[in-house]
Amino acid sequence: MANKKHWQSFGERGNSKAFQDANKNEFPEDLLPFEEVDGGFLSAPTPRRDFLKYLGFSTAAAALAASCETPVRKVIPFANKPEDIVPGVANYYATTYVEDGDAISVLAKVRDGRPIKLEGNELSAVTNGGTSARLQASVIELYNTARLRFPTIDGKEVTFDAIDKSISQAISGPGVILTTPVTSPTTLEVINKFIAKYPGSRHVTYNSVSYSGMLEANEASSSYGKKAIPSYHFDKAKIIVGLAADFLGSWVAPVQFSKQYAAGRKINEKDIKMSKHYQFEGILSPTGASADERFQTRPSELGLVAAALLSAVNGGSVSGIQDAKLKAGIQKVAKDLLDNKGASLVVSGSQDKNVQIVVNAINEALGSNGTTIDWSILNNTRQGTDSEFTQLLSDMKAGSVATLVVYNANPAYSWQKSDDFVSALKKVRTTISLNEKADETTQLCKYVVPSNHFLESWGDAEPRTGHYSFIQPTINPLFKTRQWQDSLLKWAGEPSDYETFLKTYWMTKLGGGETMWLKTIQSGVINPPAAAPAAAAFNSAAVAPALTAVSSKKKAGKYELVLYQKIAIGEGQGASNPFLQEMPDPISRATWDNYVMMSPAMALELLDIDIYREGRADEYEVHPEKPVVKVTAGNVSIELPILVIPGTHPNTVGIAVGYGRTGKIGKAADGYGKNAYPLAQLLNGATVFEQYDIKIEKTGKKSKVAQIQVHDRYDSVIGGKRTEVLKVLNLPEFQEDPKEILRDREEELKPYGGIENFEKQGTIYPYYDKPGIHWGMSVDMNACNGCGACVVACNIENNVPIVGKDEVARFHDMHWLRIDRYYTGDVDNPNVVFQPMLCQHCDNAPCENVCPVNATNHSTEGLNQMAYNRCIGTRYCANNCPYKVRRFNWADYTGADSFPNNQDQTTVGKLDATVHDRNEDLSRMVLNPDVTVRSRGVMEKCSFCVQRLQDGKLKAKKESRPLKSGENNEWDVKTACQQACASDCIVFGNANDKNSAISKVRRENPLRLFHSLEQLHTMPNVNYFAKVRNTDVKEPETPTA
Amino acid sequence: MIHLRKVTEKVGLIVSLIILLSFAHQVKAQDGKALFTANCASCHNVHKDMTGPALAGVEDRWPDRAHIIAWVHNSSKVLASGDKYADDLFAKWNKTPMTHFEGILSDKDVDAILDYIKVEEAKKPAAAPAATAAQGAGQRSDNTLLYVVLTCVLAIVAFILLQVNSSLKRLSNKKEGHPVIGPIPFYRNKKFIAVIAILIFIYIGYWLASGAIGLGRTQNYEPKQPIFYSHRVHAGINQINCLYCHTNAQYSRHATIPSVNVCMNCHMAITEYTGPKLFTAEGKEVDGSAEIQKLYKYAGYVQGQPWDASKAKPIEWVRIHELPDHVYFNHSQHVMVGKVQCQTCHGDITKMDEVKQFAPLSMGWCINCHRTTDVQFKDNGFYSIYQKYHEGLKNGTIDSAKGITVEMIGGTECQKCHY
Repeated sequence: MANKKHWQSFGERGNSKAFQDANKNEFPEDLLPFEEVDGGFLSAPTPRRDFLKYLGFSTAAAALAASCETPVRKVIPFANKPEDIVPGVANYYATTYVEDGDAISVLAKVRDGRPIKLEGNELSAVTNGGTSARLQASVIELYNTARLRFPTIDGKEVTFDAIDKSISQAISGPGVILTTPVTSPTTLEVINKFIAKYPGSRHVTYNSVSYSGMLEANEASSSYGKKAIPSYHFDKAKIIVGLAADFLGSWVAPVQFSKQYAAGRKINEKDIKMSKHYQFEGILSPTGASADERFQTRPSELGLVAAALLSAVNGGSVSGIQDAKLKAGIQKVAKDLLDNKGASLVVSGSQDKNVQIVVNAINEALGSNGTTIDWSILNNTRQGTDSEFTQLLSDMKAGSVATLVVYNANPAYSWQKSDDFVSALKKVRTTISLNEKADETTQLCKYVVPSNHFLESWGDAEPRTGHYSFIQPTINPLFKTRQWQDSLLKWAGEPSDYETFLKTYWMTKLGGGETMWLKTIQSGVINPPAAAPAAAAFNSAAVAPALTAVSSKKKAGKYELVLYQKIAIGEGQGASNPFLQEMPDPISRATWDNYVMMSPAMALELLDIDIYREGRADEYEVHPEKPVVKVTAGNVSIELPILVIPGTHPNTVGIAVGYGRTGKIGKAADGYGKNAYPLAQLLNGATVFEQYDIKIEKTGKKSKVAQIQVHDRYDSVIGGKRTEVLKVLNLPEFQEDPKEILRDREEELKPYGGIENFEKQGTIYPYYDKPGIHWGMSVDMNACNGCGACVVACNIENNVPIVGKDEVARFHDMHWLRIDRYYTGDVDNPNVVFQPMLCQHCDNAPCENVCPVNATNHSTEGLNQMAYNRCIGTRYCANNCPYKVRRFNWADYTGADSFPNNQDQTTVGKLDATVHDRNEDLSRMVLNPDVTVRSRGVMEKCSFCVQRLQDGKLKAKKESRPLKSGENNEWDVKTACQQACASDCIVFGNANDKNSAISKVRRENPLRLFHSLEQLHTMPNVNYFAKVRNTDVKEPETPTA
Repeated sequence: MIHLRKVTEKVGLIVSLIILLSFAHQVKAQDGKALFTANCASCHNVHKDMTGPALAGVEDRWPDRAHIIAWVHNSSKVLASGDKYADDLFAKWNKTPMTHFEGILSDKDVDAILDYIKVEEAKKPAAAPAATAAQGAGQRSDNTLLYVVLTCVLAIVAFILLQVNSSLKRLSNKKEGHPVIGPIPFYRNKKFIAVIAILIFIYIGYWLASGAIGLGRTQNYEPKQPIFYSHRVHAGINQINCLYCHTNAQYSRHATIPSVNVCMNCHMAITEYTGPKLFTAEGKEVDGSAEIQKLYKYAGYVQGQPWDASKAKPIEWVRIHELPDHVYFNHSQHVMVGKVQCQTCHGDITKMDEVKQFAPLSMGWCINCHRTTDVQFKDNGFYSIYQKYHEGLKNGTIDSAKGITVEMIGGTECQKCHY
């Protein structure tokens, strides 16, 4: 292990000159204009004397201006105070985050009437309080300045009465309601009411990224007789095989799966074992990055791999696979699967119905049907097949659709031939959009009746069969909008509104009258009684033809393309959300853009970017401007910059969908990236997000990509191996020699007294007592899959500003919590480790000693405190921080300064429009009133959510009892990141309390526990548990350049 | 002797019994005071009518205590039973029902309150507090003038002595034949100029520094409010508990100003002001009843008609106490956990008509209090985790007379207030 090197960038891997230089320069800034002046500072246009004059004058002016008069401020109480609202105290309402098919039970934190934060609802049996980055950021959309504010006809504002009248006249004859997947039983009823009123109407479900392949494979004539997706039990699977299925990032229900997956990855040190995860894929996905063993597969080969695996599982030979490594891999996987019959699971993201039938056959052979696959409970999050939509398209073209009502579906953007849809839409007489924003499809509709945000709505959802989750409004509609179900009911001529409809429906269903209804709404969920997974009858007749179909090798060219969804942007839903745009992709660590993911081998071949040899990558890596290539598939081409991502198949490139939107859906979407949907193709009636023969050409152009990959370098020595930063083990080694990490640590700390005496002997500073509470955090790197929910949760909770693409490219990113991605081993197919990195709250913090004004210092509870108002911005602390977690406010991103126009200056540069958008009154409504909004020139960093700590302590004090931090799963305090995590990686609490969760978890995992850079004697209050990879494959020694 | 001892014993017993009894009575009455202030004072006064009738002599008006207790617990029940006196009372007080205290006040509590009322009855109605207020202003003796006069006299003496000294020196020089330098006027005397310059520098420096420190501070700020609301009348004379109106101080960081419906709880019945004369800070007389009418205007209430609370408009009060945005202050922490009296920070509010900012609300002021104030160390279970301090108190390493201050549990650290 000691020989393994973890690296974040190619420069680091080869220890290149640029990497070494960059390490010496903490703040790579050409910021102050002095260098540009010829002949030195004194002969500058503003020499010293003038400078002093201005300084004196401005001080005097400021003093005068400030001392003249204190402004008179009003304080306005309620006229009649509602009983349940206490100003300054947040209320939590159970509701449901709904975005297209995704439905996750949440609690909305409503502070003084405004929802400002979402937390997972722990009562839900589906997600158990887990959240995703998109869920965390969705509260921002409520206050998006681009939301539609009133109903319009042909772009002109009208009243609801007028538009209702006009629409009821315009709807004549059968219509089509086009929506994204609807999991709400009452909404389906509402749609049926509409259909009943206009006979011949129908409901078409559209998914930008459809699951046609799977749905059709499971359908009547094929495997299981149900056009549906079953529920999976990743927690019960000892062997998990993913065939290009990004089930932790985007596939079907990632939050659910993360929770289950993490359960199998947690290690009990008394009985060391964990699930084993194999992944076959063309590009490196977050799921692939978490896998124990990963095999690179061309997209066109996936069918062959599935067929070979089926053959191997059935005791046959692996045939049809040329690549020796892959072949050996399939054999290994098959052996493991057979050894764990009934406790294994194979999933595939393929859109090819035949591949999915083969995968079903594999699962059948392994006895997964009824053990790890449950057909009694279905996953409703993904519905809708492409054939439904193509049928609609041809109907529209034929002019047989008189009315089209669109909700959330946006084929004008995401259909691969969007022009087809646009021209077909012109043949529809009445087009009605119920979307919240003027997206591409809405812009083409005559009538626009904007719907409410889900936080303003009533409703229900059934993400899995029998698991209901309820939506209740947490704020009155901000604008003249109306919930789309209300609109449909109105046009269906129903007398009641949707709220009454919903209430009546559920009161009838639940019984127990009003009380039962209120109770249900309060808890927000209905969980069915737990039942054992049930199997469905499998129709094996379809397997043979499917095998024949997949075994005939697809015609593939030299290069292939995979269109993937980023964890933050998804199908494009996240594009208008600045927090999601600025969330670095877990793999590429890039923000604000899509790009062409390319393997190192291809980059060398096509663009002469040689990352294999020392220093040759510098030219590519140092500058944010990356070479642009033209990717052509058929007659569609797209020009995008490239990023070299190790782990990508040498003949495959990846491009994310969801970009290239316009400012009409939000400033954050405006002009970032390009739309990759046109590159998708329709194969056998299903949209396939792959191309098997593409051309890639150099363009000679360059384009900026804001990556944070090379920011925040740190290690004990420049060019080190980072083995003191993070620790990784292989499971067999760990089982054999469980004390490896303890030994490593002992070795590192030997000169300073060893682990035992390190705290007191390793320093010349005195030892300080923590008499009451001592906060501590533990991060399990084994469960982390880099999803980024914690990052966005932290941003929203702590008012972390958005800085925009240009600022990120200048190293000005402000995230308090980042997830470092490390590679180890083979540069062509490396292993990946995620390490959440935040302020370590060192008890002997290097930052504290160097602050000239004592703005950062230590609390008796072990917090590394930051007093913003004391900070004068010397940045010494950031310079001296070994973990590089301090963030400096280079510009007045949030508009907190008392001086206006402090945002656009010659020295700071112009900020992106999206940053200014965050300063609108509407956008600022989401700010957390308990956290200071920092102004320019101030250092900031993770505070361990001190506002929550103070609040939790106060609660305990009011009840006159000690603080509860995790004993019997009772919590007074959880940090935002801890609460957001779907994989339960983060444990936080009072380490002085022997019964707290943090003490327990530290006590029970002594073998994997380590502190980052422990030998520096920073005494961090954050500890990590080493990543354990369940593989017997030894990584190559330190890569040689 | 033996006989004598027995007598002494008996007498002692009787005396101690009497003392004990009277003490017990005292305790009861004191409890009664607290209960009265917390539960009754918002509508009742012992000596005069408020929302409800004056309670002096209440026991004479009812047949017995049981009736009163029944009434206090549930007045509607008593009314329903057809009690004549109760009916009359209800009619007399505009049919405003009395709050039900069933489950809130036990029989014993009501007894204690009645005992307290009895004790209060005996005392005379509170002297007009206006006089007290005037007294307060006059009492403060001011020695500044004395110091100024003294300084001036001393300065003149020093000046004369200096003049005499220089004259004598000149004379002696003349006598001894030294060359005589003409008298230098003081404004050209370099030593003098230097001293003056330094003094001016120090003075300006002090003035600038203290001015800069005081920027944005508004101690003694007493703005004119939309309604002349007198805390002296409400909290002082009528002894309404602070938390009756500023309820949120118990739950939230904000104490909050009560909403109009809270005012109307009492002012539905109290339609005019009959207390001592009210004066603004400038000494202008205020018509209390007219101010109540202002409230009605905000509330949208017309006397004699039922009040529709939804018609009320909020009152735009002028904010007095304001901390900067980077300071987190929580009322409930101080009121509920620290058990700090409101007056500690807000001054003697019961003597203020219009409120003014009593404390400087500066960081130094906060910190000083945190350094000297004890936390509820033994009473609050939260602090049980500070084992070291508990041991210290037990074995005497920590002065138990001083106790555990807020500072000792980290109350002066930055992130207790700044985050």
